[in-house]
Amino acid sequence: MAERIVVDPVTRIEGHLRIEAEIKDGKISEAYSSGTMVRLLEEILKGRDPRDAWAFVGRVCGVCTTVHSLASCRAVEDALGIVIPPNAELVRNIMYCTQYMHDHVVHFYHLHALDWVDVVSALKADPKKTSEIAQSISNWPKSSPGYFSDLQKRLTTFVESGQLGIFANGYWGHPAYKLPPEVNLIGVAHYLEALEWQKEIVKVHTIFGGKNPHPNYLVGGMACAIGLDDVSGINAERLAYVEQLLKNAKDFINQVYIPDLLAVAPYYLDWGAIGGGLGSYMSYGDLPTNGYNDPSSFKFPSGVILNKDIANVQDVDLRNDTEVQEFIKRSWYEYDGGEDAGLHPWAGESRVKYTGPKPPYEHLNVNEKYSYLKTPRWKGNAVEVGPLARVLIGYARGREDFKAVVDSTLAKLNVPVGALFSTLGRTAARGLESILVADWALEFYDSLILNLKNGDTRMAEMEKFNPAKWEKTAKGVGHTEAPRGALAHWIVIEDTKIKNYQLVVPTTWNASPRDPNGNMSAYEAALKDTPIADPEQPVEILRTVHSFDPCLACAVHVYDEDGKHVSRVKVL
Amino acid sequence: MISKPTHRPTYYEELRQKGYSRRDFMKFCSMIGAYLGLEASGIAQVANALQKTSRVPVIWLHFQECTCCSESFIRSSHPIVADIILDKISLDYTETLMAASGHQAEAAMHKTMQDFNGEYILCVEGSVPTAEDGVYCCIGGKSAMQILDEAAAGAKAIIAWGSCACNGCVQAAKPNPTRATPIHKLVKGKPIIKVPGCPPIGEVMAGVIVHVITFGRLPELDRVGRPKAFYSKRVHDTCYRRPFYDAGLFVETFDDENAQKGYCLYKVGCKGPMTYNACGVTKWNNGTSYPIQSGHGCFGCSEENFWDNGPIYRQMANFPGFGIEADADKIGMVAAGATAVGIAAHAIATNFRKAKLIDDLIHEGKDAEKEL
Repeated sequence: MAERIVVDPVTRIEGHLRIEAEIKDGKISEAYSSGTMVRLLEEILKGRDPRDAWAFVGRVCGVCTTVHSLASCRAVEDALGIVIPPNAELVRNIMYCTQYMHDHVVHFYHLHALDWVDVVSALKADPKKTSEIAQSISNWPKSSPGYFSDLQKRLTTFVESGQLGIFANGYWGHPAYKLPPEVNLIGVAHYLEALEWQKEIVKVHTIFGGKNPHPNYLVGGMACAIGLDDVSGINAERLAYVEQLLKNAKDFINQVYIPDLLAVAPYYLDWGAIGGGLGSYMSYGDLPTNGYNDPSSFKFPSGVILNKDIANVQDVDLRNDTEVQEFIKRSWYEYDGGEDAGLHPWAGESRVKYTGPKPPYEHLNVNEKYSYLKTPRWKGNAVEVGPLARVLIGYARGREDFKAVVDSTLAKLNVPVGALFSTLGRTAARGLESILVADWALEFYDSLILNLKNGDTRMAEMEKFNPAKWEKTAKGVGHTEAPRGALAHWIVIEDTKIKNYQLVVPTTWNASPRDPNGNMSAYEAALKDTPIADPEQPVEILRTVHSFDPCLACAVHVYDEDGKHVSRVKVL
Repeated sequence: MISKPTHRPTYYEELRQKGYSRRDFMKFCSMIGAYLGLEASGIAQVANALQKTSRVPVIWLHFQECTCCSESFIRSSHPIVADIILDKISLDYTETLMAASGHQAEAAMHKTMQDFNGEYILCVEGSVPTAEDGVYCCIGGKSAMQILDEAAAGAKAIIAWGSCACNGCVQAAKPNPTRATPIHKLVKGKPIIKVPGCPPIGEVMAGVIVHVITFGRLPELDRVGRPKAFYSKRVHDTCYRRPFYDAGLFVETFDDENAQKGYCLYKVGCKGPMTYNACGVTKWNNGTSYPIQSGHGCFGCSEENFWDNGPIYRQMANFPGFGIEADADKIGMVAAGATAVGIAAHAIATNFRKAKLIDDLIHEGKDAEKEL
């Protein structure tokens, strides 16, 4: 007997995501992922100045801020044949690493941890024992018995007030929570510390881009001119500030985030065999060390792995119109070429046509169109993008830095390589690449200093900034690896204006509906066969969906076969 | 099952229970007082308010947005979000941070709406698409419009966070395909505080909330509904690069010699002269910098319909309709016109004198250096 579960809103994500799932024999038999909000920025961009596009598309997301602006600048620079100066590349790289560190830590503690950490259980912890555990896993200074005891008192007062705020109605006490109270208390402590910390690391964006969220970018380079002998420019004080922030971030990642990840994982090793999904992965690669036009210099290598075949990494060509294509058979759009057409983004269309139920509704008609996300495919294949894809591709490409962090972690947890293809693997991969990124950020900083020392202070290439110097028509593609995965923007410029602009974003790869052949994308595939202990409290769905770090938001409702709510979950 | 206590503890009681001393409490009050620019007597008022009031329930809705406002809010460093604000308000619904999902999340919101009818603050992040019966943004199967109607009914006041909720922001830019609509055009009969910006500064957001819970009333608003404390000054008038504008010293193109010297960005499109915001004073991320300080012009993200106010890098004086003499007290566009005239006449005639002055001072400095 199948039960229909609806998760809408899925919280602790960005945006509006809805999951509908059927449960049979305690497992998910079918899952449907739907994006329920649309803004149609592609339509708004038509006819505008291509140099402004980074600002518009930056507003696609304030959580993964910077990534769309970066992809956009690269797309326009590609179209106009602009090569940015090395300093601009380095500043962009440092901002990129900053975004990763911020995003991954916030995801782990504020968006994902409450799927694994039981806040209420932390009230029962023994502070002395908590301190012993904390000191055994890390040399982070905030770990005394008194520290945990004070925190516990504060938490107790909070809970006893009856106003539980953001912690109200969580699945506390659910049997899927396995951590001892002491580890839960460490989790809560670091939830609060990470909330404090995250506002610091973003200051790197503020120094180079003037603000965060949504720092400023510039086609041709960066606007933050170097002025070593001026109070207004990027001078020694500003640079020292950046270095300090990067060092502090590295400490937080290595002394808090990673030890916590390794302390929590052993209690959830069964999740090393759940939520694997597609087994096919793609990365566009990023972090140039010899210019964006030399992909062999990227810190994150690019490639595609199909069906877990890590011995065979294939290359990606974003200009080839038979590789990346978007379909709309199950999405609320229409194409001139009909329902089954797949369009390369340079020829992409974004004409919305909603055919879903009129709100308020209880179910989507999942047998027809059911999402505002289009369905992208690589040579017809569904692929997963994100940290796991990047780590696997780095590993499969034989990169020593990737092998070192992966192999040592597998050894510490005593699990085989196969455990990576899972919900736990996805969550772990995010931590592992954070270790690498924290190191790389300081390497880029050192390179920037060296350049400045050698007298190169250029920060922007403005020769072709003037539209009078552009060809009548031009097209470009700009790609990056956003924290959530492969991201690219395609632009067509005509008569100095945007003629077409298409974004294919990571969450579209992962969260999209089925393709014309009925094949699932990553979320739906990963949710299939996930065990659900209690359909009223489907924490298991949240674990797998959150392991992708969704960039759209939704909610979860549980319905019985007749589409009615099953009994309400009792309030804590 | 934890039942709702009959007496909700005040801030002061809570702080004492958490082991903070009276002294710590007064320090906190002074900090807020100083932040709000109060005299010593005002600090006593803060202390008094915090000892008497309870945690204010807050429902925070998300519609057509990018979550940059929530992200900015958690960047606030004074008051500190983790230690004070998240404890001082009861953030009962926010899709970004709350533990519960699905119907448990909705249940939390409905409980607050019932238990605190007429008392909770409703924060709205995002615009509401009104085309096609609202199908462009649905949450839990309901349209954004339906959710807003329901939540606004029992709210004491509404805070419209960011440019999306205040003026529709990027999705309302032409041709506004989803008919994205700001909150004040949809909700009538409730006090609405507009806190525009893309996003607003984190400390400004926290400051608005602190004002409401501390003084128990809305901050003083300007004629379009923005708190005067943060939106009464033009970025241009509070900009540390203003003297270069007055002296007629401009960046001609990004990364030129003048850019490296931090001259005025007006000619590369800065909209500071038509933008009302606290960037020049409060700055961003605990005072670290702001767009102009980091070399990029302001593009007016807190102004109405700023996405359609012309290309980002076009100098304001080049917009049609500028170059006329105007009353500088008038807002936005007209003020920009006055600025354009400022360049043409004011800078040339009067401020060459200032340029000379600056030049002289530099030479004096060099002479002094030689003497050393």
